[in-house]
Amino acid sequence: MDLTSINPVLLVASIMVSATPILLAALGEMVVEKSGVLNLGVEGMMITGAVVGFAVAINSGSPLLGFAAAALASAVLSLSFGVLTQYLLSNQVATGLGLTLVGLGLSSLIGKPYEGMKATTLPKLDIPMLSDIPVLGRMLFSHDIMVYFSLALVAGVWAFLKYTRAGLILRAVGESHDSAHALGYKVVRVRMLAIFFGGACAGLGGAYLSLVRVPQWTEGMTAGAGWIALAIVVFASWRAGRVLIGAYLFGGVTVLQLNLQAAGADVPVALLSASPYLITILVLVIISARGAHGAPASLGRAFHASH
Amino acid sequence: MITLEKRPQPSRLWTAVTPLIAVALTMVMGGLLFAFLGADPFEAIRTIFWDPIFNPQFAGFTRPQLLVKAGPLILIAIGLSIGFRAGIWNIGAEGQYIMGAICGAGAGLALYPSESPLIFPMMIIAGGLGGWAWAMIPAVLKTRFGTNEILVSLMLVYVAENILASVASGLLRNPEGMGFPGSRNFKQWDAAHNAEIITGTGMHWGVVFAFIAVIAAYVLMARHIQGFNIRLTGEAPRAARFSGVNPTRIVILCLGISGALAGFAGLFEVTGPAGQISIDFNSGYGFTAIIVAFLGRLNPVGILLAGLLMALTYIGGELAQLMLGVPGASIQLFQGMLLFFLLATDVFTNYRLRFGRAEVA
Repeated sequence: MDLTSINPVLLVASIMVSATPILLAALGEMVVEKSGVLNLGVEGMMITGAVVGFAVAINSGSPLLGFAAAALASAVLSLSFGVLTQYLLSNQVATGLGLTLVGLGLSSLIGKPYEGMKATTLPKLDIPMLSDIPVLGRMLFSHDIMVYFSLALVAGVWAFLKYTRAGLILRAVGESHDSAHALGYKVVRVRMLAIFFGGACAGLGGAYLSLVRVPQWTEGMTAGAGWIALAIVVFASWRAGRVLIGAYLFGGVTVLQLNLQAAGADVPVALLSASPYLITILVLVIISARGAHGAPASLGRAFHASH
Repeated sequence: MITLEKRPQPSRLWTAVTPLIAVALTMVMGGLLFAFLGADPFEAIRTIFWDPIFNPQFAGFTRPQLLVKAGPLILIAIGLSIGFRAGIWNIGAEGQYIMGAICGAGAGLALYPSESPLIFPMMIIAGGLGGWAWAMIPAVLKTRFGTNEILVSLMLVYVAENILASVASGLLRNPEGMGFPGSRNFKQWDAAHNAEIITGTGMHWGVVFAFIAVIAAYVLMARHIQGFNIRLTGEAPRAARFSGVNPTRIVILCLGISGALAGFAGLFEVTGPAGQISIDFNSGYGFTAIIVAFLGRLNPVGILLAGLLMALTYIGGELAQLMLGVPGASIQLFQGMLLFFLLATDVFTNYRLRFGRAEVA
């Protein structure tokens, strides 16, 4: 095994790239769960975003337009989940699974003609001055715009939940929908908005996979990224800053195992490929064994104004 | 102004009618989808739902497929439904199905080329144990540490797929296969072959097991105290605790049953219709079975019917692909839509619509 072939600068840079899709999706899902809704359809929304973003980027030649279309498409798809769970009071777990199955089917239907094609990817955006710093510049300040956007979004979500009135209402709805309703807040409307936001984020994450990370379209390409995003929300105890840590940790594991495979490490390939999933399980166990989760108290419970 | 009013009791009529409405809505939406894809919608629906059974030309070939496909779906869905009733969400049946197949096939292949009649029963037991053991991981983690079983069981699907890829090209590879990935073919080894019991019907041991599972699940849920405890845990967890139901036991029981049944399904598939352990022998039955379980209203008899219907969409979908050039993925979407419509119409079993202005309370 030749570990010297792994370049630390490239390693950190690629960790940031591989963490971005999960970071975006997990951040959106965290907001959804903060409002008390458990949307298990992240995988389905992500893969829909991946295919729509890719198709639009190919047809228009603009990757940014692809990202916008992906966010819109996934957000619209997530509204079907919202209508079912919020207005028709269906079971959130089952509906989320259904959303994943629909998304997987829809995406492979849309994506068939685009297999094997190559889209123009996002240009690297060197931040003036900072990107000229030796080593660190290449590592942290020479990424595409979505990496910076995802980091800004972390700060934005954190500030929104902590300092704004709207953020407080959202958290109130998630902690106790009956009290929030009694205070006159529109529980269903708040949740629909949160679901819409979560869908848009998952779509951006998916599009980042197909437009930057891979970058091409293959069927089922998210390969559980949406589920890992769900696990990261639990890992992060529903806090924006910890979502960032979690996503970068998992990005690190993914990149490291790929690098180890390439370097010919003396570990079975199956074990290396399975390691992101195994580590997710391990982390979930450690978090849940510690007890206090910080989950919103109304998470996953249906709200109907009659009771 | 339309408002929903909670029914004091779930409506029995609507419980039975909603799956039919969902199927009808899916046919309408599916028809639109096929029309959009450039196929004649009526012909497409007929090809999917009618031709596999009644077309004089190829029904002779497709009719047996109905049981072949429905067997594993029903077997897995029955196990899942028991857990779903208790609010235990095992969505990693696909992984348990794969591990059952690997363990069962591995146990058999270790004794190749023995022709003992005990080989096949031993493989069935090993398959069930393999699926059971894989399901015990989320079960133990949930009961010991309170870890979410949805995420763990799903993560284990990806782990199982990696193990499958590894054994198909390593441990269980056919030594006479000239280096190609994939195990020995069980169809050429009589003692381990899960052959048709009655030729031309598609009836193999997996289907027999599925029927037994339907009956056993009915007895368990409707007549046995454990079934009552399971339902109580799902509907009123606190009441269950007060009446002395041990939640740990329920989790272990539910995940154990669903894992073992998925393991059986995997073993029967790999020794029968699939024929060998290969990288992609699993065809997503573990996920489709979730739809089957809900479509059958988590009721054993309903699941039997839902499994046959879902098998029909598989076969009809392949037929439509061949005859009309409809993309295969549209069938997947079709099945997903069915679940969505079912969940949407489900509201009427628990609520009734009220027209007119809502009164101020």
